[in-house]
Amino acid sequence: MIAHAIFFYTFSIIAVVSAIMVTASKNTVHSVFFLILDFISISCLFIMIGAEFLGMIMLIVYVGAVAVLFLFVVMMLNVAQQKNQWFAGEVTSKHIPVGLIISTLIFFEIIIVIGGWKYKPEIFDINNSLANTSVSNTHSLGQVLYTDYIHVFQISGMILLVAMVGAIVLTFRQRSGVKKQSYIKQISRERAEGVEVLEVQSNKGVKIDD
Amino acid sequence: MEYLSIVFQEVYKILFLLVPVLVSVAMIVWLDRRVWAFVQKRQGPNVVGPFGLLQSLADALKYIFKEIIIPSSSNKVIFILAPIVTMTLALIAWAVIPFSATQVLADINVGILYLFAVSSLGVYGIIMGGWASNSKYPFLGAIRSAAQMVSYEVSIGVIIINVLLCVGSLNLNDIVIAQQNMWFVIPLFPMFVIFFISALAETNRPPFDLPEAEAELVAGYQTEYSGMMYAMFWLGEYANILLMCAMGAILFLGGWMSPINVYPFTLVPGAIWLILKILLLFILFALVKAIVPRYRYDQLMRLGWKVFLPLSLTWVVLTASYLFYFNLLPVN
Repeated sequence: MIAHAIFFYTFSIIAVVSAIMVTASKNTVHSVFFLILDFISISCLFIMIGAEFLGMIMLIVYVGAVAVLFLFVVMMLNVAQQKNQWFAGEVTSKHIPVGLIISTLIFFEIIIVIGGWKYKPEIFDINNSLANTSVSNTHSLGQVLYTDYIHVFQISGMILLVAMVGAIVLTFRQRSGVKKQSYIKQISRERAEGVEVLEVQSNKGVKIDD
Repeated sequence: MEYLSIVFQEVYKILFLLVPVLVSVAMIVWLDRRVWAFVQKRQGPNVVGPFGLLQSLADALKYIFKEIIIPSSSNKVIFILAPIVTMTLALIAWAVIPFSATQVLADINVGILYLFAVSSLGVYGIIMGGWASNSKYPFLGAIRSAAQMVSYEVSIGVIIINVLLCVGSLNLNDIVIAQQNMWFVIPLFPMFVIFFISALAETNRPPFDLPEAEAELVAGYQTEYSGMMYAMFWLGEYANILLMCAMGAILFLGGWMSPINVYPFTLVPGAIWLILKILLLFILFALVKAIVPRYRYDQLMRLGWKVFLPLSLTWVVLTASYLFYFNLLPVN
């Protein structure tokens, strides 16, 4: 039990400190690395409470894919411009009120969730849940997800698909003058259309167009 | 006191796993160069020790005594962390590899997910190294490799789903035992081929070694590294390759199971079979390196997203429909 507590506090301290460092560090790339550290320690906490599937999926999706893209975007930004950020420089930004509103909203949401837990504990009772606790975590998740909540699951999948299509449509632009390879065209070329024998007159040359 | 003995036992077990892995990584570098040389009708490293077996040790010694140069404009902490991250991630994945029904360091429920997660984290070592070097070639290499590894992970994940449909468990030992009657390489052969090619791309091996394409990027993300830090990148890379081979052996070639379930073969311990299968896959890796020319970057991306992903997704639907129709879905 002591070992459990030691690990719990280690991971949670790392999680909280790195979450603070995400906002506090001046280098944006460092922020993303702290965010990754935060994700990893949170997934360790998930594994510690026995939600190993959730923890692993967190590692694969957030750390393995999402954070890589974050890192990409941040590394592409011009780091020199980052020096006068709102917390460092004189420039008073308009982002602060918006950020304050959002963080207050999130704070109240958390209050509501935790308050609900306090006054209606039976909602969060594990024995009350639909899951069969005798089988492993992954199995019970599958049993609930693909039977009772199949519609919700599929709707969330559709929303993700729509978001993906939307993102592609928004960023897609047809550029002219870009040469593209068509594999079918390349393979189906015959010698007759590829090779042409010309009589070259002296001092004239030939014009080759593609 | 009891606590301490448990800790010592675990440390002993971990050392018993890691030391052979590190030694075999050194040997595998030698094997790689040797196979490469034989394909090109050369001798390869054959001077140090019998058959040149100690070449890697000599190389390691050389790297240890070389100076570690840290570029003055680099981001020092991340620059030093990058090879450490690569090496650590390549080694911690071995915790879940089963060498027989009982010989496994951590027999966890979500073994295959753990393997997949750790191999997807491998990209960080490369990005960190490339960015922290603060130089053009390493950064280009890092960007290339990040895009490449993220794309090919997707198809590897879908291939793993194929195998899991036939097994019904995420535990690696269960996956091996499910192949008692037939290795998955037979019913899922196209998936095995795609897994093999994706593993090549995932570990930045030729023909997909664009992150370190020496003709264009000097040495990619490791251009600025020297001495032991460079050697650690190397070791991590080869440990990752071995890991991918082990993953292929477990998912498709029956892991520690003997190929034929008859008397003289079953006497051989499971670890030997697993090692033989890993070696077989690795020799294939080395042959591909010697035979196939390097891909162009857009061809690589096209292969990952437009060929492998639709193919493996279709195969998931096929496998699931087949298992469902013939009522073969594993239920426990």
